[in-house]
Amino acid sequence: MANSHDTSGRAVEDFLAEAEEIVERLSTDLGTLSDCADSGECDPDLLNAIFRGAHSLKGLAGMFGFTDIQQLSHNLENLLDSLRLGKIPLTIATMNVLFDAMELLGSVVRGLGTGETFATAIADMIQRINDCATAQQGDGESPLQKLGLPDKVLNSLTEYEEHRLVENVKKGRTIFSIHASFSLMSFDQDLGEITEALKKSGEVVSTLPSASVTPESMIDFEILYGTDLAYDEVAGLIDRENVEITRIGAAAAAPPSAATSGTATAVPAISQAAAPAEVPAPAGQADDMTAKSMSQTVRVDIGKLDDLMNIVGELVLSQSIISTLATRMRLEGFSSLAIELGKAAKGLDRKLTELQKGVMEIRMIPVGQLFEKMARIVRKVSREQGKKVDLKTFGADTELDKLIIEDIADPMVHIIRNAIDHGLEPTEERVAAGKPERGTIRLSSYQKGNHVVIEVSDDGRGFNIEKVKKKALEKGLIKTLEGISDRDALDFIFLPGFSTADAVSELSGRGVGMDVVKNNIAAVSGMVDIESTFGKGSKVIITLPITLAIIKALLVSTAGRTYAIPITSVLETIIVTENDIDTVERKEVYQLRETTLPLVRLERFFGIPRTKPDSAEFYVVVVGVAEKRLGVIVDDLMGQQDIVIKALGDMFKGYRGITGAADLGDQRTILVLDVGGIIGEAFRSGG
Amino acid sequence: MKKILIAEDSSTMRSLLVATIECLGGYQIVEAASGFEALRLLPREPVDLIITDINMPDINGLELVSFVRGSDNYRHIPLFIISTEGSERDREKGLALGANEYLVKPFDPARLQELIVKYTS
Repeated sequence: MANSHDTSGRAVEDFLAEAEEIVERLSTDLGTLSDCADSGECDPDLLNAIFRGAHSLKGLAGMFGFTDIQQLSHNLENLLDSLRLGKIPLTIATMNVLFDAMELLGSVVRGLGTGETFATAIADMIQRINDCATAQQGDGESPLQKLGLPDKVLNSLTEYEEHRLVENVKKGRTIFSIHASFSLMSFDQDLGEITEALKKSGEVVSTLPSASVTPESMIDFEILYGTDLAYDEVAGLIDRENVEITRIGAAAAAPPSAATSGTATAVPAISQAAAPAEVPAPAGQADDMTAKSMSQTVRVDIGKLDDLMNIVGELVLSQSIISTLATRMRLEGFSSLAIELGKAAKGLDRKLTELQKGVMEIRMIPVGQLFEKMARIVRKVSREQGKKVDLKTFGADTELDKLIIEDIADPMVHIIRNAIDHGLEPTEERVAAGKPERGTIRLSSYQKGNHVVIEVSDDGRGFNIEKVKKKALEKGLIKTLEGISDRDALDFIFLPGFSTADAVSELSGRGVGMDVVKNNIAAVSGMVDIESTFGKGSKVIITLPITLAIIKALLVSTAGRTYAIPITSVLETIIVTENDIDTVERKEVYQLRETTLPLVRLERFFGIPRTKPDSAEFYVVVVGVAEKRLGVIVDDLMGQQDIVIKALGDMFKGYRGITGAADLGDQRTILVLDVGGIIGEAFRSGG
Repeated sequence: MKKILIAEDSSTMRSLLVATIECLGGYQIVEAASGFEALRLLPREPVDLIITDINMPDINGLELVSFVRGSDNYRHIPLFIISTEGSERDREKGLALGANEYLVKPFDPARLQELIVKYTS
C-alpha cells in the first residue's frame, strides 16, 4: 500500500531506478540543449522534454516522501517552466545552474539510503535556481482569443501549448488546423508520419484526438500547426486521404474542425471527410497489434543476474562431474549405461552452453551508455576550464558487461579530466602551435577477441617524456635513467606516488592518481596503457574482458598448488628446460622466436618454498595483456575448465597477483591469477 | 468485476496507482503508458473508470479528457485527473472539459480509494 512515507523496499527500488533513469536522460538532454543554445535556435520540444522530466521526478519523489528531491526538482521545474514559456531567456549562467542542479540531483538520488545528507547543498542550489528564475518576467498579454478557437480546443491546451501557440502567432506564422482520420490500428504511425512532415517547416503545437463520427475503428485528430508556409504548401506536405486543412486566423471565426470553412482561404483540401474506403482489419488482428505495442523491456536487478550466472556456473561444474562419472563408468565396465550417460551429458553440455551464452548476453550493454555519461563530463570539464572541446565517439554499439561498464566509469572520468585539464592546451597555445582552435577528445571502442578495447585520445600537447623521466628519478621511483625506453617511461605515470602537475590533474589533490585508475581497471581484470607523442597528443588504451562472470581458465600447478589463469590472457604454452633459460641483468628470460620473453617463476612470485628440487623440464605459460608478454613458469598444466570467479572480499584486498577464487566443483577452491597485475609487477621490477 | 484504465507514463506512479486500487479488491486494471496507448485500449476494453495523468509524451491528459467526453461511446465513463500540476488553471480546464475529479500528486491513497468506490458503485 502506498502512502507518503512508503519505505517498502521493492517500491523504493523501483523509484530509485526510474529516478536515476530520469536524471540520466535529463543530463543528456541538457547537454544537447547547451549545444543548440550555443548555435542559436533550440527545438522547443527539447526544453519541454526536460521540463517534463523534472516534473515527473517531482511527482515521484513527492509520492515517496523524499522531500529534498521533491523540493529541488520542484524549483528546477519552475525555472524550466519559465524557460519553456519564454518568460526568461536561456543564458549561459542559467545553463550552468541547470547543469549543476542536475548533477546535485543525481548525487542526491544515488545517495538515497546511504545516509548522506545534502540539505545545505540543496538549499544553496534552490537559492541559485530562484535567483535565475526571478530574473525577469515577460508580459502576460495573450493574443490567443483573437484566433477564435473553440473552447474544446482551448481547454485541451496545457499552459505550455498555449504559450507555443502564442509564440507562433507572435512570429507572424499562420496557424492551421489539420483534421485527419486514421484507422485505430495504425494511427500512431500515420500521425507520426504527418507530424514529422509538418515539423520540417513549422511547429506542431498540439494533437487533439476526437472520436470519429465514422466507424468505431477510426479515430480523428486535430493538429494545430504554426508555419510560414501558405495553405497550398501545407496541403502539399500532407499527401494523403481523409485530411482536411483549415486556416485559423483573426478573420477565421469558424470552428476549425467543422467540415465547412468560414473563410475564402480555408477550402476543404485534399478530400472530404468521407467514410474511408479501406476496410478496417478484423478485431482479432487489431488486438495483436495493440498487445505488441506494450513495453518490450523488463528492468532487472543486476544482483539477480549475478545469482543466475552463479547458478549456471555451478550447473556447468555439475555437468563436468557427470561427464567424468560417465568416463569412469565406462572404464569400470558399465559400458552400455556409460555410453548413454555420456550422450545425455553431452546434450546437457550443449544446452548449458546456450544457457550460459543467453545469460551472458542479458548482462551486455552498449558502451554508448558509458560514452553518453562521458560526454557530460567533457562538457562539464571544458566549461570549467573555459576550453573549446569537441567530442567524437566511435564504436558506441560495442557491448560490454554492465558491471564492467559501471566499474570503469570513474577511471574514465579521471582519464578524460586529465586529457582536458592537462592534455588540451589553452586556445591561444593551440592556435600558436598551428592546431585547430577547438580541441578534440575521441572515445572509441571495439572488440578484439575476447576483449573490448576503449581508447580515450586527445589532440593536445602530449607527455613530455624527459620531464616524466626526471620526475620519476627525483621521486626515487627509479635509480637510473639508463636503459629506460620512452615507452617504459610512460608507465611511470601509473606508479603510486608519481604525481606531477605536468602529468596528473589537480584531482590528485582530491586523492586520485593514475595508480588508482590503474588499480580500478585491474579490479575488473583490465589493463591500461598510454601512448603519447609530444606536441601531438596522448591516447589512453583500456583493455577489458567482455565479461567477468564465467570464463575459461587454464589450470596450472606449481609447488603442489593449483592456480587458474584466464584463458583469454594465455597466448601459448611451451615446454622448456633449465638450459633454455638465459639471464639478462639478473632476470630470467627465454628466447621465444624473435623476441626475448621475460620469465616469472610463479612459486617465487608468491614466495612459496620449494618442497622438491626443480625438475629439469617445466612449462612456460606465455601470457599477454595489451602489448605486453610474459612467460609464467609452472610445474604442470592440468587442462582447461570453465570457472566462475568469485571476489575474495575486502580481507584479501591488495594481495598481489590474485584476482579472485574459483570453485572447482570437487570441493576444491583455487585462486585465479591476476595476469595484468603480475605482468605489471614483472615489468616494473624488471625495468 | 469493474475495470479501471490508468493512463500514466511513469511506471513507478502506475504501480503506486495499481497498488492503491488493488488494496480495494474487486477491480481489474488496464494500464496505458501513454495517451496513445489509452486511445488504442479504450475501444477494446470497456472500462468503468479512467484515471489519467496530464503530462504525457504524446497527447496530454486534457486532450484525453476532451476525447472521452466528445465520444458517444465513452462520454459516460467517470474520469479522474491525477497530476502534479497544482495550478488552478489546469484544474479549471480539466473540470471544464468534463473530468469528474482532479487530484494533485502526491495523492492521498485513501481519498483516491474513496472516490473510486463512489464513482464505480
